[in-house]
Amino acid sequence: MNRRDFLKVAGSGALIATASSTVEARGNKEPLPNAVGMLYDSTLCIGCRACVYKCKEVNDMPSVVRDNEVQWDQAEELSGDTLNIIKAYKHGTGETKNSATDGFAFIKRNCMHCVDAGCVSVCPVSAMIKDPETGIVSHNPDACIGCRYCVAACPYNVPKYEYDEAFGQIQKCQLCNQKGVERISKGQNPGCVEVCPTGANIFGTREELLAEAKRRLAMTPGEEYSFPLERVGSTYTHRAKAAAYHPHIFGESEGGGTQVMVIAGMEHTKLGLPDLPERSYASMSETVQHSIYGGMLAPAGLLAGLLYFARRNTKHDDEGEGEA
Amino acid sequence: MNNNELHKVAERLGVSRRTFMKFCTGVAATLGLTGGAGVQMAYAIASPRRPAVIWLSAQECTGCTESLLRSTHPTLENLILDLISLDYHETLSVPAGHAAEEAKLHSMKENWGKYVLVVDGSIPMKDGGIYCKVAGKPIVEHVREAAEGAAAIISIGSCASWGGIPAAGPNPTEATPVDKVLTDKAVVNIPGCPPNPYNFLSTVLHLVTFGTVPELDHLNRPRFAYGRLIHENCERRPHFDAGRFALEFGDAGHKKGFCLYKLGCKGPETYANCPAIEFGDVGGGAWPVGVGHPCFGCTEEGVGFNKPIHALSDVKTVTPPTTFPGIAEPVGTGVTPGAAALLGAVGGAVLGATAMAVKQLGKLEKDRVSDHDSQDNP
Repeated sequence: MNRRDFLKVAGSGALIATASSTVEARGNKEPLPNAVGMLYDSTLCIGCRACVYKCKEVNDMPSVVRDNEVQWDQAEELSGDTLNIIKAYKHGTGETKNSATDGFAFIKRNCMHCVDAGCVSVCPVSAMIKDPETGIVSHNPDACIGCRYCVAACPYNVPKYEYDEAFGQIQKCQLCNQKGVERISKGQNPGCVEVCPTGANIFGTREELLAEAKRRLAMTPGEEYSFPLERVGSTYTHRAKAAAYHPHIFGESEGGGTQVMVIAGMEHTKLGLPDLPERSYASMSETVQHSIYGGMLAPAGLLAGLLYFARRNTKHDDEGEGEA
Repeated sequence: MNNNELHKVAERLGVSRRTFMKFCTGVAATLGLTGGAGVQMAYAIASPRRPAVIWLSAQECTGCTESLLRSTHPTLENLILDLISLDYHETLSVPAGHAAEEAKLHSMKENWGKYVLVVDGSIPMKDGGIYCKVAGKPIVEHVREAAEGAAAIISIGSCASWGGIPAAGPNPTEATPVDKVLTDKAVVNIPGCPPNPYNFLSTVLHLVTFGTVPELDHLNRPRFAYGRLIHENCERRPHFDAGRFALEFGDAGHKKGFCLYKLGCKGPETYANCPAIEFGDVGGGAWPVGVGHPCFGCTEEGVGFNKPIHALSDVKTVTPPTTFPGIAEPVGTGVTPGAAALLGAVGGAVLGATAMAVKQLGKLEKDRVSDHDSQDNP
């Protein structure tokens, strides 16, 4: 490499570097003022699975059956046929509810409806969309090209592709506001919330739910309180003794915050919820992507580099031709 | 005692010997005892020395007695009145007034230290117990007196066991369960509103046969009858596990026999054998939940008469949940070595081929050019 070539390469590199620094790092998206979601309280959940049953009914999905023994739904994971599932944490003798040692607890898994959703960020065709009013993350199968980026991008492992279908689609919880259901738009509650007997799963705006979660975390364990059913502030209530809560609201800040939040009697990691940084993955990846592709400088630089090496390896031929 | 004597007993009770043995074996089965115990029981009943029973009624509705009378095993009313010597019972005694009191005192004196005391109803303690008087004396005094010489004390019904209706707020008479009055005595509780007659009958026969009370739980209820949650044996349990609930009386779910939890069923926090032995000997699910009404929780302290009927129960999970998927269920079988090797080989081949292609990029051209040159300049 001669001095001239070296300067050319170094120059283009410097240009890319300077151009990148001019791109603003994208921060987390702010929660929408009218964002709606759900609050799941593991301590109130009795594991009756009414939510799972109702979800299947609303979405007209079949029961997952194992070993050809048709009894009732036996889904073990979210899938193209299961958008909502109750799982159980067990430890030791499993006798005490909400206890991490020798106890058990339930956890409801479904779409968390992230404030800054990874699946929406990665979708190349805007088939995954976050409603600008309610913040519900929904999916438009007509626009979807089936690339499954959303499946890979979700930190909660939620969107599922129907691998067993000839024309599979992406399936995920759309908070019962999908086309043809639109329960939220009609002023109804999501199916899973409507049937929850103990108020373990309630609907509301994100702000209301956060306030309700904080109210519950401040409760004195063992004392009796009223827990609203279906919606924050509902007069339809369930009276129960407050459990000893683990003082953390999962979803308040995890991964930029979620609209479906979880409180429980133990650390969220025990219930299979991941430890996530406060900065959303979407904001990180978008910052990187927008930096690299800012002004198409990096691709131009890469092309220049490739051209340089191609040119270097074929140089002697050119020289040879010149000599001939 | 031989078969002939058993036959005589059967005759005395007005049933066939066969029916009598069937009854004894049935009771033994209710108690969870072996078939041999039924025979033992038959001999115990046939013994001419039947234990005296003093039955005192405090603040009660006579429902417990009525329930007992309506046990429909053949001529059970004869059996229960003949296999024990029921010396005092306000509803069933033949004598009345002073004669009844006299019979009671006589029996107590005769059988001091050997008779069984049964109490139904709660005991008013306010104002010296004047709110329930028998023979001019507060019932609390009757109970204390009778308890002194009792071989065993049985509280029958929710009122005697936990206080029941009379003790429900605001409890104007300070109604108190029997074991809170007789704090220095062992009391067997047979709660229920009314209790299943066989739970009482089996306990009494256990006493008669073995001279001891059956195994009790921490609330002094016989374990054979109150050892398991109603929820565990309930015929509607599969609906609970599948998340199918009746939401209103008479709705589609109710008609289909769905779980009654959301209507306030206390089965998940109430220990009793109702779903196993049912009521009235008619079969076909003749017990509250079986006929479509949520369990009321009458056998559980602090549930029946305390919690509103519609209020949700606290689900007591006595065994760790097993039918739920775990937090991290393994899916698939992971990567097999063969698949990993194949993928690695393909990846390596692609990488190597690319590297070689780049390397050859100029060389090929050069070779071609030099060939051309050599052809041009022979």
